[in-house]
Formats: sequence, C-alpha cells, structure tokens
Amino acid sequence: MNATLPLNASLPLTVNDLTVAWHRKPVIWDVDLEVQPGQLVGVVGPNGAGKSTLLKAIMDLVPKASGRVGIFGQSYRQSRHRVGYVPQRESVDWDFPISVLDVVTMGLYGKIGWCMPVRRKHRDIARLALEQVGISELANRQISQLSGGQQQRTFLARALVQDADLYLMDEPFAAVDAATEKAIVEILRGMRKAGKTALVIHHDLPTVPEYFDSVVLLNMRVVASGPTKDVFTRENLERTYGGRLTLLDEATEAMRRRERTL
Amino acid sequence: MIVWLILLSVFASGVQSVPSIPGSAAVDFRFQISDFKSLPSSLAIAESLTNRSISWPEWGQWKRVLLLQDYNTRVVMTGTGLLGLAAGLVGSFTLLRRRALMGDALSHATLPGVGLAFLLAPFLGLDGKSLPVLLTGAALSGILGVLAILYIRNLTRLKEDAALGIVLSVFFGAGIAILTIVQQVPSGHAAGLESFIYGKTASMIASDARLIAIAGSLAVVMIALMYKELTLLCFDEGFAASRGYPVLFLDLLLMALVVIVTIIGLQAVGLVLMIALLVIPAAAARFWTHDLKRMMLISSGIGGVGGLAGSAMSAVFPNLPSGAMIVIVCSSLFFFSMLFGRSRGVLVRIARRWELNRKVDRQHLLRGMYELLEARDAAPGPAEIGVPLSELLAMRTWSSFRLLRQIERCRRQGLLGRKADGGLSLTVAGLAEASRLAHEHRLWELYLITQADVAPGRVDQAADAIEHVLEPELIAQLEQLLAQQLTSRGVVASPHPLESSAGLRTAGLQGVSGNISQPPFLKGRMP
Repeated sequence: MNATLPLNASLPLTVNDLTVAWHRKPVIWDVDLEVQPGQLVGVVGPNGAGKSTLLKAIMDLVPKASGRVGIFGQSYRQSRHRVGYVPQRESVDWDFPISVLDVVTMGLYGKIGWCMPVRRKHRDIARLALEQVGISELANRQISQLSGGQQQRTFLARALVQDADLYLMDEPFAAVDAATEKAIVEILRGMRKAGKTALVIHHDLPTVPEYFDSVVLLNMRVVASGPTKDVFTRENLERTYGGRLTLLDEATEAMRRRERTL
Repeated sequence: MIVWLILLSVFASGVQSVPSIPGSAAVDFRFQISDFKSLPSSLAIAESLTNRSISWPEWGQWKRVLLLQDYNTRVVMTGTGLLGLAAGLVGSFTLLRRRALMGDALSHATLPGVGLAFLLAPFLGLDGKSLPVLLTGAALSGILGVLAILYIRNLTRLKEDAALGIVLSVFFGAGIAILTIVQQVPSGHAAGLESFIYGKTASMIASDARLIAIAGSLAVVMIALMYKELTLLCFDEGFAASRGYPVLFLDLLLMALVVIVTIIGLQAVGLVLMIALLVIPAAAARFWTHDLKRMMLISSGIGGVGGLAGSAMSAVFPNLPSGAMIVIVCSSLFFFSMLFGRSRGVLVRIARRWELNRKVDRQHLLRGMYELLEARDAAPGPAEIGVPLSELLAMRTWSSFRLLRQIERCRRQGLLGRKADGGLSLTVAGLAEASRLAHEHRLWELYLITQADVAPGRVDQAADAIEHVLEPELIAQLEQLLAQQLTSRGVVASPHPLESSAGLRTAGLQGVSGNISQPPFLKGRMP
C-alpha cells in the first residue's frame, strides 16, 4: 500500500486501490485512476458495472472497503467545495413542490451557510446559470412540469452555480432530446476551455470519441483508461462488454468515421 | 411564522387577562370543565373511556363554547390550535421525506414511557401525575422507539415498514401491559392515564397550554431556521450528502421535531390518532399548491383549524374523545381539499380531463374534415359540396352522439357550416384552424419518427401549439422534413397513408379544387 505517499496536488482526481462492497459482495475492485486537469473524461461500461458506485465512493457517499481518493491532493472532505455533482435525474422525486430556481439555488447552500436565507444575489447567480443552460424562461416553473431534458438542464445549472473545478456527472445524457444533448456538450466544452475537469458517466458508445478526451472502461474493475484514441478500441470494448457486438459495431464504426476525419 | 407569533401573543394575553387563578389550580381546572355535565366531576375523568352516553347539547352549551365564555375552553382551544399549527408545519416535511408513518410508530412508542414515568416518579421524589414528568417519560420511550427502528433498519436487511410494524406493536403492547399493572398498584390511582391513548382536552390546564405554546414555538423556530436544509434533505438526499450536509443529523432533527409535536399532542389528541395531525393537514395542503412555502402555510392552517374546531366540539360533547373530534374536523377539511383543491383536487382533474377530451374531439373533427377533403384530390377549402356525416363517422371509432355534439360546438364557433345537401363544410376560419391542426399533427408524427428514442415523453398533442412544447430549432428541422414531403398537389402529405381515403373517392368530387387558396400554413414555405 502506498497510503503514506503524498497525493499529487496537480491532479483533479486520483483513485488508488478503491474497493466498494455491498453486503459482502464487491461492486468495484481495486480501481486505480488518474484524471488529468482540463479534460472531459467519459466513464463507460455495462449496466451494473459500478459506474455510479465509483462516483459515489469518490464523494464518500458509500463506505469504501479499501482504497484512497484524492481531489487536488486532498481528501474529498477537505476539497468538497471544488467538486460539483450532477446526480442521476431519476434519483429524485420531480413531483416535489418547488420551482426550478429553488433547485438551482441548492447548489449555493454551502456558500449561503446554515440557517441563513437565500437572498437576491444568490437567485441572480442561479438565474445566470439557468441562462447558461438555456432555460432561463423556466426559472419560476414548478419542477413537476419539466420535460426530461429540462430536468437535466436544471440539475446541470445547479452544479454550475457551484463554480467547481471538478465535475462528477451521472448519466447527464440519459434520455434527453437532441437539443439538450447538444447544449450539454457545449457546456462541457466551455468548462474544458475554462480549465475545468469533468468525469461523466456515459452510455452511448458511438458518441464517446466525439465527446471525450479520455475514457475509463469500467466493468467492476478498470478494464482500460487513458486517451480515447488509444483506449477506446474494439478489443478493450469487447473485454468490457463481453459479446454484445451490435453495440460494439456501432462504436467501432464511429471510431472509423472519426479516424477518417482526422 | 408571523401568524404563529400573533396567535402566541393572543394566547398569552388571554391567559394573563384572567385576574386570579384560584389556588394551586391544577385540580380545580381539571374539574372545572366538567361543569358542562351533570356527572360528578371526579367520575367524569375516571369513566371517560367507559361512559359513552352522548346527549345533544343545549343551546346554552353551544353558546358558551362558541363565544369562548369559559376560561377553560379558551385555554384548551388555544392549546390545540397551536398544536395543530405546529403539527401541520412539521408534517409537511415528514410527508415529503416519506417518513409519515415514523410519526405513528413514535407516538405509539410513547405509551410505555407514560406508564413507567407514573410508576417510577415517586421513587425519584416526583409527582407521578404531573404532566411534565409523564411527558418526559413519553419522550424518552418515543425516542427509544425511533432508535429501535433505525437500528433494525440499518443493521438487518428488514425494510423500514417491517421495522415500523415491529416497534409500533411491541411498544404499544408493552405500554398497555404497564398501564394494566399501574391500575393494580393500590396507591396508584392511575385514573386519567388512559386519556393519553385517545386524548382528553378536558384535563388540559393553563400550564399545559403554555407548555404546548412553548414547545410548539420551539418547533416553528427550528423549522424557520432549517427550512433550507430540510428542503434539501427531502428533495435530494444524495446531493445534500455530497455537499457535506450531515444527512443523518438532519433526519434526527426532523424526528426531534416530530417528537416535540407528538409529546405536546399526546394530551389533546392521544397517541393513537396523533399521526392524523401530522399527515392529514400536509396531505390536504398538497391538493392546493405546488409551492412548498404555500403548502406549509395551508397545512398549518388546516392543522390549526382542526385543533380549534375539534376541541370546541369536544367541549360541547364532553363524552367524546377530543382526539377523535380533531381527526373528524381535519379529515373533513381533507376531503374538501381532495375534491376542490385548486392544483390537484379531484374535481379540477376531472374538469381538466373533460376539457382535454373536448379539445381532442375538436382536433379530430377538424382534422378529419381536412383529411377527407384532401383525399378528394383537392386542396381542401370551403367546398361547394358538403361532407356527409356518414363519412366522418366512418373515419374513427367515435359515437355519433359525441360527433354531433362536437359538430354543433364547432358550428357555434363559426368553424363549420352546413351545405344545402346536408353535408358539412369548413368555413374560411374553419379551414385555417383545420389546416393548422393537420399541419401540427403531422409535425408531431414526424417528430415521433425522427426522435423515436426521446419523443414519447414529450409528444403533447393537447398543447395549444407545438411551439409551446418543442424548441424552435427542432420545429424548423421538422418543417424542413415536412416540406420535402410536399406532394405535387401542393398539399402536405400525411406521413402515413390515410386509411379511410380509399373508400371515399366517390363521384362528383373533381370540381372542388377550382380556385381554392393555399392552406395558410403553406404560404411562404413553398420551394
């Protein structure tokens, strides 16, 4: 174990020997990961591969059986304010009686502080974030009236107001319309331009080469990780997904198209 | 919050304005309220659970209660009103956190604490019948019950409902057993302890009401301070934890609020029905609004009214348990809200469905007219030849009654006209509307075809216009696709073959086309 070694402060995210278990059954084993700054990193793998668990373990939301996580060289607890989180859209009850603006200001609660009310300047920041994700006109809409894409944009805006340096996103592209997908990609690229880093769980293989600089192939353990052009290969995908070739064919086709355009 | 403070000050002045509280008042007040009855007052409490004779009160009794003539009625009503307010506020959060039943388990778990406090108090040199002692016992055993639930849930694989059921029944059973023992202790004279089960406001005295006011205010202040954090906890626990909020602590805080409300409610409402004050006002408020703050306001209002009116009724009918009265009032308000609630009440939803059905019928009729005319190899227009009813009827599986009703409605709106031959025709306005509807329908169909993976969740034909639902750039794309499908006739083709068109090409339809203008939605869009 290298637990005594200092963490590399220049890296947004380092994961060493991370193992997480539920009821004695391991969900992810011995995950080692280094995420370079200013990159968009995709995490792909089959259902039940432990993608969400990896994200949750990084944020101490599930107990680690072993291993260590470093965020800019510190523990998550110390650098929580530098991390933005976009949970899975289905994880909350969208029938909850609050407005879009209320949800977005939740990203600022840490800054506002315990027991203090949300003030106008916080709402202004939230409105700005809603503008960024292109739904500023929905600010006062009740969240029960949002479409799937609008829900996702709301969650994204809530992460944006945190002005974090590392973003962890759980399936932001799941079941959103084409316009929303485009908007999210634009925002991700804007983040990269501003030197921010994002670790994004993704399920749509064909778009991986287009969206992400690096990729982590995960199926309980890390099958491969690194720059997309080196790692996102047919052999690696087969090792990750097993024999589900229809998916793989689409992905390799996308790779070929990309190589041709390069 | 403001409402609360006003009530509090009213209450405080009400209590102080009574010049002299006779003696060390506890016993006096306990018995004063039973002046309503002809029964000897000491028996009234002892027999409260067995004596169920109800007589219709005389006008004098109504008047005394309604005009708040008795000091004790004032005390009781203030106490229960404040209790309802606090319970409505706390209940909103427990309902949204889906912990409503936790309150039920908690209140049932207080019973053994009441019995034990009564038994053990003399050994500690305390008065076993004083309310603070009994309520302290109740609070301790209630908290123990909640901890037992959390323990069972977290350390075994049992689900929360099983843990709730176990704790609720075990604690309540133990409580009943302890109360039976208490009654057999010779020095016990445990009369009145059972009133904690069903509630009995008659035994409430000024200091009790003051206790309710203080504890209730504490709960309200805590909610006002932690509103933001509790909302976050109830909406998105995972996000709260990722921001470093101690989720367990917040949950315990919420439970502490439930403990406070339950304990102060034991006397008035009783532990069996305490859950009603925690759930019913909040659930009723949900029918009226989609806004949390407003929901909490309405909920505390309903709780307060329930408490006031319930205790007033129990003052008029002294033999009925006040808990039952409060629940009856609250549940009437609940059913009223369920029926008439403005945002999701039953009637509103029925009305919305009717309106939707009418709208769909209208769309079907106008689009049907458009498609029938289109099928006659002609650009649809205010045709000279009417469309017979039978053709429309054959288009869909609609009853002739429903169709005729809709036709009548469209004629009144000036969209349809009748020809001399009895057939139907579109007026100029009708054509504009019909062609717009047909156009939108086809855009929606194209959208379904091109965006099959996400479309089903968003297709909303009942929306007034497609622009209200889809982004402008998306509509532009669809328009382009649609334009490519323009037929040589200058009419937009339906993406699917029109089923009924084959049988409709009857004789004498060629002459319709003539000088019919282009459907308005195509103007300026022709290549």
